[in-house]
Amino acid sequence: MKHVFSVRIGPVGFRVGSDWRAPIRQLAALYAGYPQPEDGVPDFTVRLFAQRPWRRVIRPAVMIGGDFMIPDAAPLPLAQGLLAAEMAMNLQMALGQRRYLLLHASAVERDGRVLLMTGESGSGKSTLAALLSQRGWRLMGDEFALIDPVTGLAHAFPRLVSLKNAAIAVAEAAMPQARFGPLLEGTPKGAIRHLVPDAAAVAAMDMPGKPALLLFPRFGFAPDIRDVAPGEVFMRLTQASTNYVAMGERGFDALTRLVLSIPAQAIDYPDTKHALAQVEALWEAL
Amino acid sequence: MAAVYRAAPAEALRIVPLDAFTAIYHRASGITHLVGPPVPEILTALGPDGLTLPALIARLGDTYDLLDADEAALGARLDELVAAGLVRTA
Repeated sequence: MKHVFSVRIGPVGFRVGSDWRAPIRQLAALYAGYPQPEDGVPDFTVRLFAQRPWRRVIRPAVMIGGDFMIPDAAPLPLAQGLLAAEMAMNLQMALGQRRYLLLHASAVERDGRVLLMTGESGSGKSTLAALLSQRGWRLMGDEFALIDPVTGLAHAFPRLVSLKNAAIAVAEAAMPQARFGPLLEGTPKGAIRHLVPDAAAVAAMDMPGKPALLLFPRFGFAPDIRDVAPGEVFMRLTQASTNYVAMGERGFDALTRLVLSIPAQAIDYPDTKHALAQVEALWEAL
Repeated sequence: MAAVYRAAPAEALRIVPLDAFTAIYHRASGITHLVGPPVPEILTALGPDGLTLPALIARLGDTYDLLDADEAALGARLDELVAAGLVRTA
């Protein structure tokens, strides 16, 4: 491909090739402090390409491809090329990752212990992880937590934090000194702005942590905290894992071990101030 | 002669009790089953040697308080477990 960018995020190396310069330039700027893939060999390759040759210039639309693809993915306008790259990188992880059990969860670490937060888009897991990273926690990732089936440890995957809609203003106000990507409006998920993880998150990204607490946050409800029993946690995490089935018995062992080793709570919250207080209180009570 | 139902051999399954639910991984198919009572109890009662349906009802009745055990209902559950590979007939 004409334009190429390589990066390592946690234990995973990516190579992104593109028909256009702009998305590669944005990736290079936002991932400026990140290392290169181990030995220069990426785990996954991503391609951003034009649907037809002339669509490089006329109403340019970005198709995403790579080692793993979904057949009916719709192209994105070139202005959202950065989002296309991030989506393509996530897709490779979701479909191709076999070394770690992947949980669709954000993760933050303190004193070597890891707080996992899982929930659907809009639950606030990315926002809470970003805000906690300003309050003495290390950001390990906002999208995927990587559970090592051998050790049970959680590995960091601190890609750009994907902030959506109302979460953008919340993060901008809370972190005026942070670096953000361009504001992408009118995407399939509404407005999106990427937040660059802080230098501490990148510097420590090779350091795994021991899972200590699992939360199921839910934004937009009156404050509430309830225990979630292991059977329900197991069921919800099989659904929150993109590679549980593909991992086979290693995935089963990793997940049952995780479920039986850490407490889990569902937290409902009306605003981030409540959520942060709930998180700190539950953490203190461990 | 009545069919004898046997639990799948121990090496065919990974069984991890979670709480009221038990997670069972079926190695041959790679499928995870999240089951509640009385499935783990049935597997334990059948064991590798197996039991007929009436004998299973009697065994479960000895161990647990079975109120009006329904042979047809338990037979249907056993057939589901056979289809899932957790129980074998012979």
